[in-house]
Amino acid sequence: MSTNAHHEKKRLTNPPATIKFKIQRCEKEGSPKYWETFELQYRRNLNVISALMEIRKNPVTIEGKTTTPPVWDMSCLEQVCGICTMVIDGTVRQSCSALVDDLLLASGGNTVILEPMSKFPNVRDLKVDRSKMFDHLKQVNAWIELDGTYDLGPGPHIPNEIAQDRYALSRCMTCGCCLEACPQYGDDNYIGPQAIAQARLFNMHPTGKITAEDRLNGLLGEDGITNCGNAQNCIKVCPMNLPLTKAIYETNRDITIDAIFGWLKK
Amino acid sequence: MASNSLRIAIVGGGLAGLAAAMKIAEAGHEVDLISVVPVKRSHSVCAQGGINGAVNTKGEGDSPAKHLDDTVYGGDFLANQPPVKRMCDMAPEIIYLFDRMGVPFSRTKEGLMDFRRFGGTLHHRTAFSGASTGQQLLYALDEQVRRWETEGKVNKYEGWEMLSLVLDDHQVCRGLVAMNLQTLKLKSFAADAVIMATGGPGLIFGKSTNSMTCTGSATSACYQQGARYANGEFIQVHPTSIPGEDKLRLMSESARGEGGRVWVPRDPQDARVPKEIPDAERWYFLEEKYPAYGNLVPRDIATREIFQVCLEGHGVGGENQVYLDLTHIPADVLTERLGAILEIYEMFVGDDPRYVPMRIFPGVHYSMGGLWVDFEQRTNIPGLFAAGECDYSIHGANRLGANSLVSCVYGGFTAAPSAIEYARNVERGSTETNGIHDSELKKQQAINDGIIANEGGENQYKLHEEMGKIMTDNVTVVRYNDRLKATDEKLLELQDRFKNISINDSNLWATQAVPHARQLSNMLSLARVITLGALNRNESRGAHYKPDFPERDDENFMKTTVAEYSEEAPVFSYEPVDVSLVEPRKRDYSSGKKKG
Repeated sequence: MSTNAHHEKKRLTNPPATIKFKIQRCEKEGSPKYWETFELQYRRNLNVISALMEIRKNPVTIEGKTTTPPVWDMSCLEQVCGICTMVIDGTVRQSCSALVDDLLLASGGNTVILEPMSKFPNVRDLKVDRSKMFDHLKQVNAWIELDGTYDLGPGPHIPNEIAQDRYALSRCMTCGCCLEACPQYGDDNYIGPQAIAQARLFNMHPTGKITAEDRLNGLLGEDGITNCGNAQNCIKVCPMNLPLTKAIYETNRDITIDAIFGWLKK
Repeated sequence: MASNSLRIAIVGGGLAGLAAAMKIAEAGHEVDLISVVPVKRSHSVCAQGGINGAVNTKGEGDSPAKHLDDTVYGGDFLANQPPVKRMCDMAPEIIYLFDRMGVPFSRTKEGLMDFRRFGGTLHHRTAFSGASTGQQLLYALDEQVRRWETEGKVNKYEGWEMLSLVLDDHQVCRGLVAMNLQTLKLKSFAADAVIMATGGPGLIFGKSTNSMTCTGSATSACYQQGARYANGEFIQVHPTSIPGEDKLRLMSESARGEGGRVWVPRDPQDARVPKEIPDAERWYFLEEKYPAYGNLVPRDIATREIFQVCLEGHGVGGENQVYLDLTHIPADVLTERLGAILEIYEMFVGDDPRYVPMRIFPGVHYSMGGLWVDFEQRTNIPGLFAAGECDYSIHGANRLGANSLVSCVYGGFTAAPSAIEYARNVERGSTETNGIHDSELKKQQAINDGIIANEGGENQYKLHEEMGKIMTDNVTVVRYNDRLKATDEKLLELQDRFKNISINDSNLWATQAVPHARQLSNMLSLARVITLGALNRNESRGAHYKPDFPERDDENFMKTTVAEYSEEAPVFSYEPVDVSLVEPRKRDYSSGKKKG
């Protein structure tokens, strides 16, 4: 989010006649991976999803071989549901907001390379299974402990600055970009930035603070917060610009304070 | 029967489904939650502007009674009023509940929740969380339901698509059949009651503001099994969307709620960049025609005005686009209050709306129609309930902005106790053993097998495009009877051609081809309900506008359209509307609201 003076966006002025999409294919989890390339006529305003839809309609490779349609996940197409995340020209991001013009401008070529995220089970082609991320949210109790859903009036007063800071963390769409980019994440050895940030989101809330320790406890295990290697890749790839490193730092601080005072309490 | 043994299946994990799941789990019962996507990715995330509730924190004399009046007036008197009243009465407590769940609502200096103005009202009644309120509310319910999941009360089936209901010999709903979208295996879910919360059918129109999951497929399946479908012809076309290749992206009404102005150059061929066109040479047509509400007239009116302006050649550059201008508002204010949606525009169009007026055009957005329900969210099929966009109650002929989120939660909160009450009292008999589940499974498997075996050569994605195009051309903003008839003929042709599709995917693992074929078939059925409902309604009301019948006709059409499935064509009947609370009066937004 930027409030700086207005910059004109650089636009592709000299588009190629055709664009190639090189897609990593995989029939089923565990099957060998292979590549297929498809070619489309260039047109303006193409994003990766509309290109995939075009290919799906008529799945013929550049060699003229009829093949199976590539499979990928998509839903909102507005970069707010997180489902269509994949690795595009080497960078993990949502495919709905990956505009082909911008990709060509960045690469200087006429080929776009699509791969599934590598840190999650590859279901088929570009589709992966990120259910682990939702388990991580359970591990850190990423919710407010409500007494009940009855009418108990409004919640606590909250300064707008805190609300805005929490809002920034609350935009996490569990897309997995931070985990894909994190050198520490993999093989269940580290819970990763997304869950830490969500623990922080609730620990910042006046009601959430009451049970803060439960969330921190979820981050003390072998896969916990100490695994963060401070590579800071997560903030570079987060599409929602979550202040992930700040959340990790603040959570670490809370754990330290909790350890000191928790010990004193005993 | 012990109350803790109830099992209720909920189809759909957006706001309505999760709201119902939370209430049922809290009451101590078990939920099977079936969703095509992980519930956190449901279409509710796309709602942007806010959620309405008459809290009157701004000293404007707002009240639930005024919220009711605005809602039924904005809906052009087609909604049954008692449930609308209940929703408006419940709205403040719903908002406060979300506040307690930790939704980061935007705040005032005192640290209270802030409220903004939305279309069709003169009050600040809309609570908001930046410009991604739907996402924030959905996440709050997702978190609460995850908590119930850890306690074993909610079993999630994510990546499963409902194909049909399981009905017994007395047409009583005993569960449903769903398909695992990876393995394509079918499974029947026995349930004491089923709640549909599957959202809208925007994909029938090809491109819309809806997510790719919004096919209406499951509701159509219910309709084809005997559930009544009401007011299908009432489709909201949102005035401001961003045209795209793959979808029409929503530009929230909150842009106008925060002061955004709609205009076109007085000379459509004016080639100057917008900021160089002086005020006197801009036509703020909504403000000119509707001085009291200005840019915040209800959506149906704003949409028709924008459509008409473009049709008459006044669109920017003579094209189908008008300016939505925020550039007079300080950039930091815009960033704080609308950041999320401005980013969407910038991301997809490349211009920064803080400095350059947006170019927008109307896009299909919401279905006021849906499964018929009574005032307790019960459909006509015993044991089947509906909540949220997939039910027809609340919005009448046109939905007001920021009323969708509140209606979803209200629907879920009402359907849940209603379903529990039903499930407690229903005779269970021997339905689990008498074979109805097995026979429904076999029937659905046979349909899948037929689709897989078919080699007729028709391309299903092309059929979908053809359906979307003709529905958008003829069954959206302006409707003519001859074109509606032609549309139905085309739909019949598409249904015929559907019989000859080839799925073109030899790998059935996680294929999208079979699910899409099932959805397409269901969408075609529902498209006929929408089209023929529109054909039969010879008046103009809310979102339904016929130039040949430009007036609202209360005598003949202040009635709910009810469609029932038959193999030939939908069978239509009409029910009176309960207008016992607010006397119908003519809608007129050109001046302050007139009382009847």
